[in-house]
Amino acid sequence: MMNSLAGEPPAIRVTALNVLRGGRSVLHDLALEVPRGSITGLLGPSGCGKTTLLRAIVGVQRTASGQVEVLGLPAGTAGLRHRVGYVTQAPSVYGDLSVLENLRYFATVLGAPKGDPERVVAAVGLAGHEHDLAARLSGGQRARVSLAAALLGRPELLILDEPTVGLDPVLRQDLWRLFRDLADHGSTLLVSSHVMDEASRCDRLLLMREGRLLADDTPAELLRRTGAADVDSAFLTLVAGRTEAVA
Amino acid sequence: MNLARTTATARRVLAQLRHDPRTIALLLVVPCLLLTLLRFMYDGQPQAFDRVGAALLGIFPLLVMFLVTSVAMLRERTTGTLERLLTMPLGKLDLLLGYALAFGVVALVQAALASALTLGLLGLDVAGPTWLLFAVALGDGLLGMALGLLVSAFAATEFQAVQFLPAVILPQLLLCGLFVPRDSMASGLRGLSDVLPLSYAVDAMSRITTTAGTGGPLLRDLAVIAGSALLALALGAATLRRRTA
Repeated sequence: MMNSLAGEPPAIRVTALNVLRGGRSVLHDLALEVPRGSITGLLGPSGCGKTTLLRAIVGVQRTASGQVEVLGLPAGTAGLRHRVGYVTQAPSVYGDLSVLENLRYFATVLGAPKGDPERVVAAVGLAGHEHDLAARLSGGQRARVSLAAALLGRPELLILDEPTVGLDPVLRQDLWRLFRDLADHGSTLLVSSHVMDEASRCDRLLLMREGRLLADDTPAELLRRTGAADVDSAFLTLVAGRTEAVA
Repeated sequence: MNLARTTATARRVLAQLRHDPRTIALLLVVPCLLLTLLRFMYDGQPQAFDRVGAALLGIFPLLVMFLVTSVAMLRERTTGTLERLLTMPLGKLDLLLGYALAFGVVALVQAALASALTLGLLGLDVAGPTWLLFAVALGDGLLGMALGLLVSAFAATEFQAVQFLPAVILPQLLLCGLFVPRDSMASGLRGLSDVLPLSYAVDAMSRITTTAGTGGPLLRDLAVIAGSALLALALGAATLRRRTA
């Protein structure tokens, strides 16, 4: 399941990526690959560079050096714009439009098939709220409208920046089921989170700290290698090990 | 450029307006009320009303479209919807023309109401053809839109965006010939007023009210307005970056 067809490039390949923001280095020499048809979790504390990395993959982040390849093409290429769905951390929808008006507009821009807005509304569990103004929805509901917009046109790659923040456990469970279902149908998902307990739901994990990659592994292998009981302690073990190695 | 995406954007902008009836009312009613007020201020001085009223018919569309566009585009930037759109297969031109189309419709409706009132009830005398009055009002509206779009790139907050009105539009208003005829300005000021697009908007409106037919100077004014709008639009497009720091 993890490895795609021979010869097909990985969903994401990042090599020697450096990003500066305001003269400060935010990502240092980052290198990673994300296999197709999988859910990869991008975990790390707030401010470690997760969002910057995701923006670089979507192609909206100015980079200092290095390559970011997405589905075999340079990130941000025009040919990728209807193949990659992106959900920003703060919901990016029009508050003064209804749920359906938002989705219909984005569907036209993407050239998504007719009926797609209704399909994604149901997929994120917002049926019955189609005609509510986005601004009148709760924060969690608005986040799901934003997610629904990214599902339009069934993109091959979904980049989700903390999509489950502030959602109740039942909803989080539902969304992870949706993510799994999308991956089972061949989509690739890269999901960032600072909640380590979502790690067990991923096929692979990228652990980040201060703009560097601490680990790139399956959850089981990560725990075995560090001898930790959960991802939180594995993270701490890795940080301690790195500090020792440096000292 | 893609027609479906451009018209979808225009429809979306109009739908946003439709959900905000108070803004629509303010857009359409305020210019009419101000023109009525002006008519009574100049009661007994019909020539003065002809001059100032005509100038204002050119100024209102520019002013209002400038404000609406700069705030609307700033909201696109700060709420993340602009970034989302730029990761989608939407051309910058689709977005800009979509806005132009939607606000152009609003500018036309506003101009129709304001000029129907001014020409009909308030008794402004217009020598030239009425359709030209609309053409100039539309051009002014689009110029205001393009300028608003451009300055929105330099505003980080809505407070700043609103402050660009006195910074960008007021100097043009002072020098456009409304307060002091442009011919009797000191040569330095006259030169400055010559390079500000609002001067041509007001000149065009005055020409339509005073001379019949479509003369060369009027067409030149219209060309300057259209050219300035295109220039501002092109500069505005350059500020829409897919990649940001």
